[in-house]
Formats: sequence, C-alpha cells, structure tokens
Amino acid sequence: MNEKIFQMINPQSFPTPFCPGCGHGILMGAVLRAIAELEYDMKQMLFASGIGCAAWIPSPHFKADTLHTLHGRAIAYATGAKLFNPKLKVMVISGDGDLSSIGGNHLIHAARRNIDMTVVCANNGIYGMTGGQVASTTPLGSRTTTTPGGNLERPFDLCKLAEAAGATYVARQPVATPVPLTRTLKKAITHRGFAFVDVPSPCPTQFGRRNAFRTAYDMIKALKDSCIPVEKAKGLDPAELQGKMVVGEFVNLTA
Amino acid sequence: MQLKKTKSALEPGWYFMQGDEACAEGAIAAGCRFYAGYPITPASEIMIRMVHRLADVAGVFIQMEDEIGSISSVIGASWAGAKAMTATSGPGISLMTEGIGYAVITETPCVIVDVQRAGPSTGQATRPGQGDVMQVKWGPHGDNEMVAFAPWSVQEMYDLTIKAFNFAERFRVPAFVLADEAVGHLRETLVVKEEVEVFDRFKAPNLPPFGTDAPNGVPPMPAFGEGANLLVTGSTHDPWGFRKTADSAVQARLTERLVLKVQDFKSEVIETEAHLLEDSEIAVVSYGFTARAALQAVKSLRKEGTKVGLLRLVSIWPFAAEAIAELGKRCRVIFVPEMNRGQVAGEMKKYTTTPVISLPKTNGEVIEPAEIVEGIRRYEV
Repeated sequence: MNEKIFQMINPQSFPTPFCPGCGHGILMGAVLRAIAELEYDMKQMLFASGIGCAAWIPSPHFKADTLHTLHGRAIAYATGAKLFNPKLKVMVISGDGDLSSIGGNHLIHAARRNIDMTVVCANNGIYGMTGGQVASTTPLGSRTTTTPGGNLERPFDLCKLAEAAGATYVARQPVATPVPLTRTLKKAITHRGFAFVDVPSPCPTQFGRRNAFRTAYDMIKALKDSCIPVEKAKGLDPAELQGKMVVGEFVNLTA
Repeated sequence: MQLKKTKSALEPGWYFMQGDEACAEGAIAAGCRFYAGYPITPASEIMIRMVHRLADVAGVFIQMEDEIGSISSVIGASWAGAKAMTATSGPGISLMTEGIGYAVITETPCVIVDVQRAGPSTGQATRPGQGDVMQVKWGPHGDNEMVAFAPWSVQEMYDLTIKAFNFAERFRVPAFVLADEAVGHLRETLVVKEEVEVFDRFKAPNLPPFGTDAPNGVPPMPAFGEGANLLVTGSTHDPWGFRKTADSAVQARLTERLVLKVQDFKSEVIETEAHLLEDSEIAVVSYGFTARAALQAVKSLRKEGTKVGLLRLVSIWPFAAEAIAELGKRCRVIFVPEMNRGQVAGEMKKYTTTPVISLPKTNGEVIEPAEIVEGIRRYEV
C-alpha cells in the first residue's frame, strides 16, 4: 500500500512544507490511502484548495489535477469545474480559516445545493501560515497572537454548521485516529452529494506552544483523549461533554 | 489569429433586441457553454437570457451566492474546458477583482461583462456611468495587460462579446465587455450573419501549460480530467505550475510574459473608428454609448463649418496609444466627453502633448449631443 501511495505523489514536492509535529501529513496519507483502497483513478480526480497550510496538502503533492485557488474560494472554483465536467471526482481539502471564515458563504451554499463533492477541513483551530492568529474555530480562552489574553469568541462547530446548511454526509475524525479517519474519508468520497469531514489536526508550532502543550506528542495525545464517539455522547448532558470532542458520523443521507 | 468559421447559433436575419440580450446571444455564438452570475442591475437581463439559451445548447448555468462565487466558478469551469462568462456591474466588479487577478496569473480565459452604472458604491443602480474604465484595467493588484471592448450599439453588444471570447482564448486572459446601462438597455436592430468567426484554445499535451520559450508566448491549455496532472495556482509558478514563491527569476519571467503576451500583439486587439477626421483641426474622442452623442455633436458642428471629427475607441484596453499620438499631431485640441471625471482623457495625456479637454458628466444621465457642442464652443470662443 505504501508503494502505491508514493506513486500518487509528485516526487518534486518533497520535502513537504509541514512543520515537525503538524497533523496535516497524517491527513494527506489518509486521503491517499482512502483513494488507493477505493481504487479510484487519480486522473479522474480534481483536488481544489484555498490558501493556508492545509491548502498545500494536495498542491503540489498530489499527482492529479490540482487547483490551488484564492483564500476561501476553493468550493466555488470546484463548483464550476464539477458542473461543467460531472465526471470529475471533486475533493476540496483546505483549512478551517479558509473554509469556514473567509470562505464560509461558499461552504453553506454548496451544502445547501448538495453539490456532489467531498470537502475535507483540516482543522487546526488557528491561522498557522500567517503567524498563529485566532480563527473562527479557536477554542474559548485559547491564547493566540491576536488573543494574548485568551479567546473571547465562541468557536464554530463545523459539523453542526454543515448539517444545518444541508450537507448530506457529515462526519468528524481527527488525525490522531488515522484508521477511522481513512474509513470515514472513503465513505465521504463515495457519498453521492455534498460530504463534509471535519478533521481536527494539531498545530504545535502556532497553537501548542502558546497553550501549554510542551510537545507535539502532548498535543496529539490530548486530541485523541478528548474524543468521544457520537453514539456514546448521545445520552450525556452538556456538563459531561465539557472539553470533549464528539467524533463519528453525524449525517448520512442517501438520495 | 486563426479564426474558425462556425454556424451562427441564432437564425441569421434581423432582430429587434435589447443590448443585454444581444450580449448573451454573442456569448452563445462565440461558444460560451458556462455562465455563473449573481443578480445585479443593469446586467441581470444577460443572466436571464443565458438561462434559456444555455439550456438550448446543453450548456451549464448557475446562479451563485455572490459575485466572488461567480468569478470563481467561471474560472473553475474554464479549467474544466468551458468557454465561460459572467456579467455584472460596478459593485460586482469590485467583488470579483481578486478573482480577475487570479485569472490573470493562472492565464484562465474567461469573459466578464461590466454593464456600468453610476457610482461610486451602490450609486444609482438604474442610471448609466462609465466610471469603471480604470477599475477593469487596474482593479487587481500587480501588473497586467487587460483586454476590454466598449460597445456603442446593440450590434456591438453581440459582435464585441464574440471578440472578447476570441481574445480571451487567444491570449488566455480575462477579457471585458465594458458596456454601460444605456447601451445595455437600449433596444434596436441586431443583424445576425450566417457564420461567426471563433477562436478555440489550443492543446499540446507535452508542452508546459504555464510557460513558453518565447518571452511573450501563450502556452497551451489542457483541461481537468485529461490526465495532464495540472497544477493550477495563483502563487508564482514555473512553466509546469510548481510554486516558486521565493525565486526572483521565475517571478520576473512570469510577470513579464503575462504583460508581453498581450502587449506585443496589441495591434490585433486595438480597434478605433474614425468619423469625419480627414481635415479636422478639432477632435472628439469617445467610446460606448457616449460616442453616439459625440457623433451627433460632430455632425452638427460640421454643418456650421467647424472642422471637427470623432475618433471612437472600440477597444479600450490595451489603450490605442499610437492612434491618440497620431491624432494629437493632426489636431490642435481633443475633447473627451465621458460619463466619469476624465478617466480616458487622463490616459490620453500620456501619449500626446496636444491639449486634451475633458467633458465629464457624472449625474447619472447620458451625455446629450448639445452638451458636447456647447463644451467645444465654450473652449473655442
């Protein structure tokens, strides 16, 4: 399998630009593994991304058609390509700031239209590339370069946002659990309609070191330990879910 | 430019049509098969016509969530192989500007119709203006060499839309139809010929899609899904599309070529029309709907014996610098009526030392022939 995955990557794109301890490499591996296991032809796939660290997951790594767009606009670009050539298997891989802040309008409208594409949000809860500014996904109280006294704004729950907007497949799996993540990505990719996968991914460089995570390991372990499956979370009251991250499949509607 | 003759999409003959509708017909005739737009006065009629006409030719129409989404999906569709278009007015152009810059650096052919209204900002939505001349040229950050045409009739809303598509494909650039509310909502005769001449982008799978050996070349353009492993990026990139964000040689070569590929061949694009200029001492330069009033003004001054003529700018960008320089040599003064505070008049001053007198009007109404006559007389007395 590893050999197959290496063949799906542009050799010129190594070394990857990701910082030590960044979760995006795990996500990149999971996406490629999912496609390889599904035996999809990379030549029929289009990977669109916006601006930011996560946007570099497909571009230039993936040996396929890639469209590295403007900040926030990947879904709108992908919409045009998909509508004109419906045979393309379209996947958008981008960050939380890109998809839910500057690009939030395109996210909700693509979900509403139920356009056939898979949107993967590499969610590190911070603006990494630009120097660790607060994002619309940064947890309350977290320290960032623009919230030195702690974040005062409530973060988005992107899965609830996608569900409310009409996405027909919604799931969350962090990079800390790559096997269920790959399984989830396979379901999202094969889903007919708008599929959204929120993938929490640690950013030790910009988030961890300002928020008492001494190492990348501490961060990924905390991410893993905070997970609670959606089935288990169902009966619990909000106090019991404090500090927990609900993972699993939230919506799976087939046409 | 290697043009291909194709059968007109519309039955040949005479039509009584609105400018905006003729623009949509021109797009269909040129081979446009993708339209994305967002409602805005006074351009919405183009979108409404496209809904029906694209259905007739198995094309794709989508009403997007905003103008940013419109230009984005137009660019996405263009890379999927479509001749693609959007139409809007000033506020929409403002929103699309970042995307237009992306089309410049990624060399994405697309057509943007700007039916100008009176600005700034929301301004007067149903009233005409010509205040976007500089915006379509210099809106996006960084250098560029834009292509823009300014139709003065319903016929030209059709013909120049076809031209805009041809040059968009020929140079792999965003191309503008810089119309105005008056010509967009004008109803008059449109003559549709049996055949139209169109240009289709060329493909060469073994050549790089983002670079040429020549410093002013236009590379071939593959589409998504053809196995080209396209790397399309708005970052500075090498000929194969790999990001080179700190290589000054790559940056220089790319930015130079993006300008030179149009600039060195601008004579293909630049189009002017001379009216009664042979013996003129006084010239009027005008474009778009205003040029109709200018022609009337010139004719009535001629009746009084004033040696005056009109140079109409059919294309606006690249600018007709040589024609203006030549005009300046022949005439002692040039008047420029336009529905803005002198955007083209200012540009002309770069190319001639002959006095250029701006005759601006920005009250949201078209310029009347009598106002141009009066403007010229005031200066001449």
